[in-house]
Amino acid sequence: MMPRQRFRPPAAPVGPAAVAGGAAMGVVTRSRGARPGSYDPADFAVPTGREEEWRFTPTGLLARLWSGGLAADAAVSARPAAGASVRAVRRNDPGVGLAPPPGDRVAAAAWAASPAVTLVTLAGDAPDAVTAVRVAGPDGRSARPSACQVAILARAGARGTVLLEHSGLVELAEGVEIVLEDGAEVTVIAVHDWAAGSVHAASHRVRLGPGARLKHVTAAIGGALVRVTPHIELAGPGASVEALGLNVTGSGQHHEAQLFVDHAAANCRSRVAYKGALLGPGARSVWIGDVLIRARAEGTDSYELNRNLMLAKGARADSVPNLEIETGHIQGAGHASATGRFDQEQLFYLQSRGIPEDLARSLVVHAFFAELIDQIGPGEIANGLKRAVDAKLDQQRNAAL
Amino acid sequence: MTTLEIRDLRVSVEVPEGVKPILKGVDLTIRSGETHAVMGPNGSGKSTLAYSLAGHPKYQVTGGSVTLDGADVLAMGVDQRARAGLFLAMQYPVEVPGVTLANFLRTAKTAVSGQAPPLRSWIKEVGAAMDQLRFDREFSERSVNEGFSGGEKKRNEILQMELLKPKIAILDETDSGLDVDALRVVSEGVNRAKEQTGSGIMLITHYNRILEYIKPDFVHVFVAGRVAEEGGRDLAARLEAEGYDRFLSTV
Repeated sequence: MMPRQRFRPPAAPVGPAAVAGGAAMGVVTRSRGARPGSYDPADFAVPTGREEEWRFTPTGLLARLWSGGLAADAAVSARPAAGASVRAVRRNDPGVGLAPPPGDRVAAAAWAASPAVTLVTLAGDAPDAVTAVRVAGPDGRSARPSACQVAILARAGARGTVLLEHSGLVELAEGVEIVLEDGAEVTVIAVHDWAAGSVHAASHRVRLGPGARLKHVTAAIGGALVRVTPHIELAGPGASVEALGLNVTGSGQHHEAQLFVDHAAANCRSRVAYKGALLGPGARSVWIGDVLIRARAEGTDSYELNRNLMLAKGARADSVPNLEIETGHIQGAGHASATGRFDQEQLFYLQSRGIPEDLARSLVVHAFFAELIDQIGPGEIANGLKRAVDAKLDQQRNAAL
Repeated sequence: MTTLEIRDLRVSVEVPEGVKPILKGVDLTIRSGETHAVMGPNGSGKSTLAYSLAGHPKYQVTGGSVTLDGADVLAMGVDQRARAGLFLAMQYPVEVPGVTLANFLRTAKTAVSGQAPPLRSWIKEVGAAMDQLRFDREFSERSVNEGFSGGEKKRNEILQMELLKPKIAILDETDSGLDVDALRVVSEGVNRAKEQTGSGIMLITHYNRILEYIKPDFVHVFVAGRVAEEGGRDLAARLEAEGYDRFLSTV
């Protein structure tokens, strides 16, 4: 038996462009699994910005979300698909609170401020039927930041797809619970295409039962600050998650994803793939990928990947994979992180066939994301996401002209 | 009638030790319908000439001029040169993951001709050209050059030449890495393109072999960054028999 390992691999942006990204190196002082969770914001100290989970975040923009006084006035509307139902329920509804508890002060504040939860229950066998949940800001100006809670509960053996669409101008703390019972197979896609200036923290808290399979997708496109913190607990044996993410980050935007994949049962599988493009000066992205393989999670098969494409000087991408392994009896655990500039030879090749530089860049960036988006599977959601990415690229290109 | 005129072209590259001159005054004129073979030993600057004409940023032009029907090629960007009618078939074509060949070809054709080709006839034209190059049509749905064999990459270069119909095509060691059958198929493609459009061709090669299929009107021997000798097709045969030693000993 291998000795118990606990290490943090170097956050290694590979290649000469690594200087463009920040490398975060450090010493693990405690296990990721020891970080507390609670529904009470008071259980979390007010962040100073120096904590491990906040040190990459422009906390000044978020301070209003954790200082209390959130209003549960975000507009949440939903269109249930076949095999799905949507209800507004109280927090003490038996379908709510089944995921891991909030992991930081903002997530707890979002919970505490939301007496009602939009509960999506999947009970049918309709893998491609899309239940669309639209989250927007409050009707009319609000002096206070907003909060909302969405819960997705897939009953044993259910199959379905949920699309969380975010648009409008907001300052919003959002909680999303995703719970899959035995053998459920679900795709959840959260698209954050906020209006410029929006500030959004989304706490995705996921628990997967035995044999459950989740495809979890997040996309950050708009907004001034989008911080998504998926905490994915593989709680039942044989559960599996494919976590995909993308960010298309323009000048002055901050897009952040902090993942925690918790292998808490045997023979589970996780695949994490996040890709980001930083389009302009001052664009900023953060990707933290914490994977914990607990002692009881024998037979784990885990891999995580983060790729960043720097398209401008003065942009910054931080990429920090962390792997903690508490058992030697695993199938595999790996990670890859690379931050690179545009491939000049690809650009030359396309241009040498008459394709103008800006179009050549768009082709390559489109392809960079298409490879990821295609993993969502065929259909209108993937196409819509490609269109949203292309629109953002066009927008940045026009802004640069 | 198109004329590519290269006069006293001087090109350097940056190496760790400093700036290294590669081309030391190249003179060459290529007209529509003419085929020029550029031959010479390794390191003589043949590929540098090809990439410099295409505008690769690695190469710094330090002197001389290149004009295409009087227009200053050196003042043009890479894509402008292609739209002006220059084409470089590369020795090492670049992989572009995620961009399908079909999309790439159509985008390039649209850029070069200034308008999108009508879909139906374009698909037909691409398919026919691929068939003639014995290049499986399935490749059009694959990423550009990704996972292509050496021979498939070269077929792809000539496919682009046939479809983009350049005024002047520069073929940089298109014969390298091809077996006899592939060499014949690719050469036929070049000849077809030339017949259809009357392109002028600069054919860079080490070997006589490809000249059996693509007959040059002129042969230029390239040594140490300039043209050391010029002649007709018979010069290529002499080079084959005698090698380049004669030239190397004089420099």
